[in-house]
Amino acid sequence: MSESIIPESELEEVELYHPKSWWTEKVFSQDAKLIAIQYGLTAFAIGFVALVLSWFMRIQIAFPEMAIISEGTYYQFITMHGMIMVVYLLTALFLGAFGNYLIPLMVGARDMVFPYLNMVSYWTYLVAVLVLFVSFFTPGGPTGAGWTLYPPQAILGGTPGQETGIVLMLVSLCIFIVGFTMGGLNYVITVLQARTRGMTLMRMPLTVWGIFTATVLALFAFPALFVSAVMMLFDKLLMTSFFMPALVEFGENLSYGGGSPILFQHLFWFFGHPEVYIVALPAFGIVSDLISIHARKNIFGFRMMVWAIVGIGALSFIVWAHHMYVSGMNPYFGFFFATTTLIIAVPTALKVYNWILTLWKGNIHLTIPMLFCLGFIVTFLNGGLTGLFLGNVIVDVPLSDTYFVVAHFHMVMGIAPVLVILGAIYHWYPLITGKMLHDGMGRFHFWITFVGSYLIYFPMHYLGFIGVPRRYYEMGQTEALYTSSAADLNVFITIAALAVGFAQLVFIYNVFWSAKNGKVAEKNPWKSTSLEWQTPEQPPIHGNFGKELPVVYRWAYDYSVPGAEDDFIPQDVPNEKVKLAEGYKELGVEKT
Amino acid sequence: MSATSKVPLKDGMEGFVSDWASDQRAFKGVPWGKAMMWIFLLSDTFIFSIFLISYMTARWSTVEPWPNTSEVFALTVNGVSVPLLLIAIMTFILITSSGTMAMAVRSGYQKKRKQAAALLYLTAILGLSFVGMQAFEWSKLIEEGIRPWENPFGARQFGSIFFMVTGFHGFHVSVGVIFLFITARKVLRGDYDTGRRGFFTWQKGRYEIIETMGLYWHFVDLVWVFIFAFFYLW
Repeated sequence: MSESIIPESELEEVELYHPKSWWTEKVFSQDAKLIAIQYGLTAFAIGFVALVLSWFMRIQIAFPEMAIISEGTYYQFITMHGMIMVVYLLTALFLGAFGNYLIPLMVGARDMVFPYLNMVSYWTYLVAVLVLFVSFFTPGGPTGAGWTLYPPQAILGGTPGQETGIVLMLVSLCIFIVGFTMGGLNYVITVLQARTRGMTLMRMPLTVWGIFTATVLALFAFPALFVSAVMMLFDKLLMTSFFMPALVEFGENLSYGGGSPILFQHLFWFFGHPEVYIVALPAFGIVSDLISIHARKNIFGFRMMVWAIVGIGALSFIVWAHHMYVSGMNPYFGFFFATTTLIIAVPTALKVYNWILTLWKGNIHLTIPMLFCLGFIVTFLNGGLTGLFLGNVIVDVPLSDTYFVVAHFHMVMGIAPVLVILGAIYHWYPLITGKMLHDGMGRFHFWITFVGSYLIYFPMHYLGFIGVPRRYYEMGQTEALYTSSAADLNVFITIAALAVGFAQLVFIYNVFWSAKNGKVAEKNPWKSTSLEWQTPEQPPIHGNFGKELPVVYRWAYDYSVPGAEDDFIPQDVPNEKVKLAEGYKELGVEKT
Repeated sequence: MSATSKVPLKDGMEGFVSDWASDQRAFKGVPWGKAMMWIFLLSDTFIFSIFLISYMTARWSTVEPWPNTSEVFALTVNGVSVPLLLIAIMTFILITSSGTMAMAVRSGYQKKRKQAAALLYLTAILGLSFVGMQAFEWSKLIEEGIRPWENPFGARQFGSIFFMVTGFHGFHVSVGVIFLFITARKVLRGDYDTGRRGFFTWQKGRYEIIETMGLYWHFVDLVWVFIFAFFYLW
């Protein structure tokens, strides 16, 4: 094999900001790695609030005679649970936390391209979270409009939190979007313009591809939410009528008239559907890398995986109205959107096949990250299949607004991405802290979470089939409509939900316990090829790499290469420096 | 970060493919700030497009008649009602400011410090006068009784959407004016020659910043052309 060619450096060495005080080093830090941790901790903190809300809701549904929360509070909790989980937890965690930590390290950059802007992005996000959280303590409480915030009901009397809760929710969303845009521009430009020598786009790990594509989607989808939030704020505060038709309330004509509530649904879902993939694509990317690393095998069909990510991203912009089959829109629209929705199943299925084919005959290590990946594949497949039901208009109409929908989206964009996040934390925790997470607690956490999630959401499909509607805080005198098994099943689901909740407490304990008492991680404990593990120090310090940025000679998936002594070749090792196994003269060439 | 590339670039489709297949940078020779501005403007395009689509939907869904724009936006000069007079002047000024901005970029790259600063100041002042005239227009409409929530000349959505979209555009212009003044001061002081560090970001600036600023300014002008066509001519 010929000498590896080292490309000439196009970029000048960047000058990093060197903090001069404790405040600029530890708090207002411009280091992407610390910003990532700040993002992650904030997202987990507000996400924990949303988790606790779900416990209250589950107890209420299972034991309505306890009357633990009122019907208004139930709506408020359901709204806040949904919005926090989708936007403030999952989006912020995947893009803000994983994006910030991994993009510069994985593409071989010293930091994000605009560290200052990156810092402002986090603090803006924190303000958005605080504004949202404050609404719990305002008169009337947080909004109870449902996470979709459909007008006209969202801002009218009778909806809990219509005094201040809805205003704070909309303001918080606007602030979030502003903050996200600052971070998102950073992630995109770092990937496009600040890679190290030899790092072509097709040598980037799929994690970076997933986060990058999701960020592009977010930059183009969030504007729709921003504009609709601004217009609804004006409807609420200035009495404009963008989304408000003429209405009669308690026999009195309201001062609204001439607006279009359907417009809001279109705008909301133009954001809302790409949002599903903003959460899913980083999960796809991370899970691809984790499977490859822990099965010691290159990812099957790398190029196809990349194009599937890009294709899903593009398609996600033309499927939004499948959330609106029962909104009364033109049936021909339904036909169009059902078609595009089913087309999106093609690249998605391709990814699932490729994960399975990567595992095929792989040297599978059943480490905790791998367990979470396997859990993800099963859960995602399940959630994806029910998506085929809901994507078809005729099947969707009777299932709409039942527990079948709840089961579908929790499987596909709740549990599935969360399993990836947890697996990713077990995988990268040694890099971030230098310590391993406790293995026993981790296995306990995985099995309770995975099995428990199935026990929660699998029965919900059945509840949906027998027509139990979602968002009802109790079923009341409905024995004539539903069999008593529905009520029994709700008790069962609640017990499973509380068990899963408890397992998360164990996980949180593990994270803090291991940071202090965990086993010290050896260098590159998973024997991974990608650049984030090749830094001189572990955990990496400010500036990430040593004096010289690494040069990349290969893709990120050189596992179990024939002829090499180790079963992995890091990306920054040229062919001539690879240690050959006994009896081999060259990489990849059979013994002579 | 530098504007020049050491690697010779190919032309046409072949060049496009080889740039995207290469390492380090997808846009060869494009500084980070400029690339970021382009992506930001793409995102901003979505915001304004959605504003305009919402405007079209509002005109379509409202049951009351839309006011006649050539009457509502007319100015009375010497007792004669001239339609679109103010808007014509405003549009002319904003387009002119795009011209002075482009000249400022050129002077910046030629390192003509004082000339670039003067042109930037001129652009900022033209932008400021645009915002001033918009304020005049708003106060005239408010005096006539048009509010976000009501409109004596027809559909109430006219007022709501007009104030919202021109307000959002005016906000963009105002932000641009502020940054034009800041950039002009930095150019005049010679920050981009001496490598003086930014107050907030601690980064050294370069003359390329004028071009990045210019991208934003041209975008704001382009958006105005669409607002002009959809609000005043339709």
